[in-house]
Amino acid sequence: MTATPDAAQAAARQAFAPNWMARAGAVALAAYVVYAMGRLDITWARLVTGIGEAGRFLGRMWPPNFERWELLLEGMLESIQIALLSSALGILISLPLGLMAARNLSPAFLAAPTRAFIAICRSLHYVIVAILFVKAIGFGALAGVAALTVASMGFIAKLFAEAIEEISMKQVEAIRATGAGLGKVLLYGVLPQVASRFTGFCLYQLDSNLRNSTLVGIVGAGGIGGTLFAAFKRFDYDFVAAILLSIIALIFLAEIVSGRIRAAMR
Amino acid sequence: MMPAQQGGSRGLVLRGLAKEYVPGKPVLRGIDLAIAPEGITAIIGPSGTGKSTLIRCINRLVEPTAGQILLNGEDLASLRGKALRLARRRIGMVFQEYNLVERLTVMENVLSGRLGYVSLWRAWLRRYPAEDIARAFELLDAVGLPEHATRRADALSGGQRQRVGIARALMQRPELLLADEPTSSLDPKTAVEVMELLARLTTAAGVPVIVNIHNVELAKRFAQRIVGMSEGQVVFDGPPEDLRPSHLQQIYGGEDWL
Repeated sequence: MTATPDAAQAAARQAFAPNWMARAGAVALAAYVVYAMGRLDITWARLVTGIGEAGRFLGRMWPPNFERWELLLEGMLESIQIALLSSALGILISLPLGLMAARNLSPAFLAAPTRAFIAICRSLHYVIVAILFVKAIGFGALAGVAALTVASMGFIAKLFAEAIEEISMKQVEAIRATGAGLGKVLLYGVLPQVASRFTGFCLYQLDSNLRNSTLVGIVGAGGIGGTLFAAFKRFDYDFVAAILLSIIALIFLAEIVSGRIRAAMR
Repeated sequence: MMPAQQGGSRGLVLRGLAKEYVPGKPVLRGIDLAIAPEGITAIIGPSGTGKSTLIRCINRLVEPTAGQILLNGEDLASLRGKALRLARRRIGMVFQEYNLVERLTVMENVLSGRLGYVSLWRAWLRRYPAEDIARAFELLDAVGLPEHATRRADALSGGQRQRVGIARALMQRPELLLADEPTSSLDPKTAVEVMELLARLTTAAGVPVIVNIHNVELAKRFAQRIVGMSEGQVVFDGPPEDLRPSHLQQIYGGEDWL
């Protein structure tokens, strides 16, 4: 332990201060994980039986059964329609909402309540919104479209507003200086700056609406989800597998198409 | 020739123009200026002395706190809404950082100078009158960018962008052209070329120019009149040949740099 004076000095001058708060936080988190696993009865034995059950379940799913393809196709088409309609409606409503919520272009008395409204649209999960709409307007695709439209509004209107808030005001100023009114300023000063990002958001929303539209059927809001849920309840696991594979294929397809469009937009 | 309007005189007259962004801290302290309806007037002065504010008050991109702005006899300071937009379209503006709409083409940027004249519908569908498009091509030829109409503005160099900026401002067929530090973002050679272009085209069109400029040499070379500002007030006003080192000392302070 014969440290040179220099080394001792260097040790005394700490290069990295210990973060006791972070350490205490990590210990507390670890302790809580152990406690929560005990509370929820997550044990090794439970996990082992669970894996065994999962194996049997997967075995019954194979081979996928496409015999009732008409039912499957009908459900899938309805899901796609729900996704397209709710995306289109959501985007259409989000355009003015996003503009009204953008704090650089919109006056505070308009921006603040619009932001609050968008936040409300976002705060409830779309399945909960779908349940509300099923109760309010009855079973079927209309409830699904309404629910996903609300979800889309909450999501894209916020992204639109943020994109508008990031534009260069210099370009806007130049268009205003030509004597252009609000509409022309939006068309020439704002839209060109946000168009490609807006398209990206819209494609992303269509993507997630395709995914989401397969689920809202479970609560009775139309689409393939209802068929899937029924197949689960009747233990038709081979049909379940067929439905799941179809959904995966649809999402992959959507991914490829939107990737192409995005690349073309750049 | 002279229109019989209240206030009478042609050109631009500023009376007691004042601006306070923060109450009690005036940036412009009662500017009185009369600008003839021809020639280039250069405003020189240190950064933060209110040159940009002065120029932006004229087309009301900045709201003046007090005073009158008489353009050919009409007071712009009190205009609102449509009347203000109609006044703005008579005043072209060239910016320090060009302020082109980056993602639009050169032609769209030049034609945006006509936005005050065409309908929203036509502007959206790019259905500009044929004579506007012909004039845009003429201006692109005049600023030396004949082949660039369909290129996107963000593909141009700084000097090219400012040339498009000048074409856009002249596209308005303005009665007055404001230029806010048009050469500050350019290299010395390009700066001279752009100033030459601005001087030549505005003289040919008979448009008076007010230009904020840092570079005293450029101001003396191109302007027929120099206005020196310091701390929100006019401290020198006269032809370039009357500008002495003592004036520069008064405008910018200190003397070691001279």
